[in-house]
Amino acid sequence: MSSSSGTPESWISSFCSLLGHEYFAEISEDFIEDDFNLTGLQTQVAMYKEALEMILDVEPEDDEDEDEDEEEEEGDESIEGEERTTRRAASERRHTRMASDLSIIESSAEMLYGLIHQRFICSRAGIQQMSEKYELGHFGVCPRTFCEGVRTLPVGLSDVPGEDTVKLFCPSCLDVYVPPNSRFQTVDGAFFGRTFGALFLLTFPDYDISKKGADTLSHGRGAAASMASDGEDKEKINGMNVQNLAPGLGRGKMYEPKIYGFKVSERARSGPRMAWLRNRPLDIRELDEAVLFGATEESDDDGGVNGVRTQPRPTVAGSRRIRRPNGGSPMSIEANGEFEA
Amino acid sequence: MMDDFNSETDSDYTSYWRDWFISSRGNEYFCEIDEDYLTDRFNLTGLNTEVQYYQYALDLVTDVFDLDCDDEMRETIEKSARHLYGLVHARYIVTTRGLAKMLEKYKKADFGKCPRVMCKSHPLLPMGQSDNPNVKAVKLYCARCEDIYNPKSSRHSAIDGAYFGTSFHNIIFQVYPALIPAKSAERYQPRIYGFKVHAPATLIRWQHAERDEMRKRLRKLEIESGFKDEDDDVDAEDSEEEEEEVDMEALENGEMEVGDPNHQA
Repeated sequence: MSSSSGTPESWISSFCSLLGHEYFAEISEDFIEDDFNLTGLQTQVAMYKEALEMILDVEPEDDEDEDEDEEEEEGDESIEGEERTTRRAASERRHTRMASDLSIIESSAEMLYGLIHQRFICSRAGIQQMSEKYELGHFGVCPRTFCEGVRTLPVGLSDVPGEDTVKLFCPSCLDVYVPPNSRFQTVDGAFFGRTFGALFLLTFPDYDISKKGADTLSHGRGAAASMASDGEDKEKINGMNVQNLAPGLGRGKMYEPKIYGFKVSERARSGPRMAWLRNRPLDIRELDEAVLFGATEESDDDGGVNGVRTQPRPTVAGSRRIRRPNGGSPMSIEANGEFEA
Repeated sequence: MMDDFNSETDSDYTSYWRDWFISSRGNEYFCEIDEDYLTDRFNLTGLNTEVQYYQYALDLVTDVFDLDCDDEMRETIEKSARHLYGLVHARYIVTTRGLAKMLEKYKKADFGKCPRVMCKSHPLLPMGQSDNPNVKAVKLYCARCEDIYNPKSSRHSAIDGAYFGTSFHNIIFQVYPALIPAKSAERYQPRIYGFKVHAPATLIRWQHAERDEMRKRLRKLEIESGFKDEDDDVDAEDSEEEEEEVDMEALENGEMEVGDPNHQA
């Protein structure tokens, strides 16, 4: 432990620079120091207090004793004073405990960091940091040919640690993939959590998610270019910009099995069965259920509540009002599409 | 050294160049073409216009090359030989023997495994998006999700897709129908704090409707759809849809929470 005070690098930054930890954001100490953010983690992590101290590079409280013990140790090697034997035994006991515990604390600290990380990347500061990593293509690209190398996001398939490793979520085809490098197969998916991927899309609706990862690398940081000035003028469907709703799917972006140029029929035993997975309506507006509902059930036209948002498609306002008695909260109208970074 | 072999064209022993080619790094996707196949001119129809120094290249591939030439020329011929081998390979792997050889490699997952999580590491097959050379690099086909992926390694992504062709991976499942993997409707559903996200969820419901329509179509024709849960009634999934409707209401509340996720800054 004494060496940690001498190293210029904090535990957090050294953890994040380890091989295989490229996906991690550096959690700010403010976030960790706020107990509210750590609610419930005590019961999930062994040696919680020690692990937390390690993450924050805080010297353990019995640090002074520790130093003393170490000094004594050198003396003890030669002098076997009788009056000291009891003290020495005590210190030795603590010392062996410390040595074996250090590895436990280290792994606990990694677990704790991961669990805090799961929460941190869903906070304002954390998701901002992850967006910078996304812009730089730190999370790799989608292996699917028709996604043309768009950038992916790290996600977990479970929020509970120990169940599955980290996966990559492609916003272009809305599917999850195994990271190409095996070093990520030791990273727990729960350290990223199930929420982050989708939350990212809603938090930054104006990212051009069909942009290739290779382009961002060659142009360096193109934050301003890749983010449109504001999303107000962009058409939205169900709370997402139209061009960001699964741009990697649909006609022309699907694989069609062919033999010598002839399509394999659906009626063949080996015929295509999974086209639906990569399909989307020719006219994506077909998915705007609210508009469709409004079109089928005409009603009064006084839905000026969210007039600004729905100006391009005036029917929406009416239909939204119809939905309200069906159990939707009035708040949901505002929340439906207006997520701002 | 190669000259030692050139008199023995007919023996099985003379696969020096092909052995080297198959075992060299980056060529893991290729199988070895039979001597008989290579020496039958019928199988090479039209390739003489496609490959530079065709005759020399063919001699090199069949280990009868004995031209005395400088290194530069040799390098060119070597390149032509690799190209020729690839083009013949595309034809060979759809023959009975070629399919059997590729099947062995498929079973060993020599072509890699599907990166899609829900495919659970299903082995891949190499394929081309065009039968013409120098158009598109090789891609990998997953029979489980019926989609194509880019090879992980850059040494594979430089191989021409025409060396495998657009048909091979479909023919192999027609020849060996027992190999067709069970299809799974399992998929990823983006969620925020457990709630489905409206826009992707709508698309997913649309896709599921497409799938159910296809399954009903196939059922009417009494064709197996190949899904694992074949026994389940398609109608039974309607109740699932209803459940999703209920979820939609919860979703709206969910999204409301999502609007303000930053309880701590």
